[in-house]
Amino acid sequence: MRFMYIVTSSQPMKGPSPALMEAMQKISEREIKAGRMIDNGGLMPLATGARVRIVDGELSVIDGPFIEAKEVVGGYAIFELRDKAEALAMAKEFMQLHLDHMPGWDGACELRAFATPGVDGACEVDARSGVAAHA
Amino acid sequence: MTAADIDQIIRATIHATWRVVQPRLIATLSRMLRDVPLAEELTQDALVAALEAWPTIGVPDNPGAWLMTTARRRALDHLRRGRMLADKHDMLARDMLQEQEIVPDFDAGLDDDIDDEMLRLVFTACHPILSREARAALALRMICGLTTSEIARAYLVPEATISQRIVRAKRTLSGSGLAYETPCGEALSERLASVLEVIYLIFNEGYLAARGDEWLRPQLCDEALRMGRVLAGLAPDEPEVHGLVALMDLNAARARARTDANGDPILLMDQDRALWDRSQIRRGLRALERARELGGAGRFYALQAAIAACHATAETAADTDWRRIAQLYAELAWLVRSPIIELNRAVAVGMAEGPQAGLDVLDEIADAPALSAYHHLPAVRGDFLQKLGRLAEARQAFEAAAHLATNGRERALMERRAAALHAQDI
Repeated sequence: MRFMYIVTSSQPMKGPSPALMEAMQKISEREIKAGRMIDNGGLMPLATGARVRIVDGELSVIDGPFIEAKEVVGGYAIFELRDKAEALAMAKEFMQLHLDHMPGWDGACELRAFATPGVDGACEVDARSGVAAHA
Repeated sequence: MTAADIDQIIRATIHATWRVVQPRLIATLSRMLRDVPLAEELTQDALVAALEAWPTIGVPDNPGAWLMTTARRRALDHLRRGRMLADKHDMLARDMLQEQEIVPDFDAGLDDDIDDEMLRLVFTACHPILSREARAALALRMICGLTTSEIARAYLVPEATISQRIVRAKRTLSGSGLAYETPCGEALSERLASVLEVIYLIFNEGYLAARGDEWLRPQLCDEALRMGRVLAGLAPDEPEVHGLVALMDLNAARARARTDANGDPILLMDQDRALWDRSQIRRGLRALERARELGGAGRFYALQAAIAACHATAETAADTDWRRIAQLYAELAWLVRSPIIELNRAVAVGMAEGPQAGLDVLDEIADAPALSAYHHLPAVRGDFLQKLGRLAEARQAFEAAAHLATNGRERALMERRAAALHAQDI
């Protein structure tokens, strides 16, 4: 099964601390070597991109300034894993790094299975509780 | 949430964590003990320890490190018991003990660079001294972290069969006095070939499900792909590793299109190409490019990957470059004399130059003993004959193919094709 991991945070993006960067790099390297991670990347703040929207049947491009600091996507990863249990274990380990190396950070890692026949719902891992939201 | 639910979650966590860290545990313990079968056994003990402890103490913050620490302690206990202190690893064992006593670093095992160790483990699990079945079982167990029952399920054989296979294989390894090392020079390519072959066989077993009623067993394909990616990370300069990864990615990318809603096979030319996995195709093409850059374009796996790439890059079935495919099969046939490759070449020639030309190639291998029980031969033959309008002969060929097919779905497909001709042939 293939999973997309999306890391979001509602805090203004200061970017990960050097310690967190290092820890994430280590885990990425390990996961790539284990043949599990097939793609990943951090995303620059919203201001570097834009938002193309449809409202009332009208296309509009918003390319900042973005006043509403809602959930911001900070990064993503794509994993090839056996099942949801494995995906959840991975996400918890990843979020544990945030707890350990970036105290005070709040955010979530959302994991979703890629659409294939016979795959059920998605789940979220919260940085504060370290527990799957549905568990 | 009931206690049973929590238990269930903990068990799922243990098994998920286990599958991830298990190869690294075995690799680390192998380095300590210089003995892969023993390392594998003590690693299993760590799993049992987790299954016993975690429901009581809860899941540790760092479950992988917990398992690693437990496994290392088991290995150290084993060394302490002195069985190995007596032999030539004396110094090594003592160093390890001292080191452990000074700094009990619980994370060390997880952060160590154990690439070399992993590579040794792969080479050991896939050693040519073992039968192909034994190699595949050991690799799935030690490198992919599958349990015996999972392997048995994947292969549709009784669990006892796989257990015995693994026990025997480990005994063979233990009794062989093999040096626990990464081969180099000439030996390396020979040993690497053995590893690649195991991965290839596991992939094919999943992709061309030879037995049972499923046309595809994705788990085996996934495991083989993962092993291929692991190997590509461990031996990045070996062209054939990338060739094999490319071959697997390009074929696996078609998986979703290969069966209809009933689970019946849809042949390549009839598949809905919109269902092919584009990102996997891109990865496959990249891997093939890498194999070519390393000078491996004309090698066994890269050639097959190039054939798969011809299909993957054809927008419609009609765009397929059959001439190029026929030529690649000719190169492959030159490399490996195999009636199965000739059979595939016949298909390509038939598509490129017409059914009669394909039939001519088939006639040359009609009596090959290797194909006497291979249902694809009469199946392809029937297809050519049907196109040539020789319907009675075609029907006989499809009936023969149905008779030989070992996969229930393929048998049904052949029976349908024969029956369809029966209806026309009045």
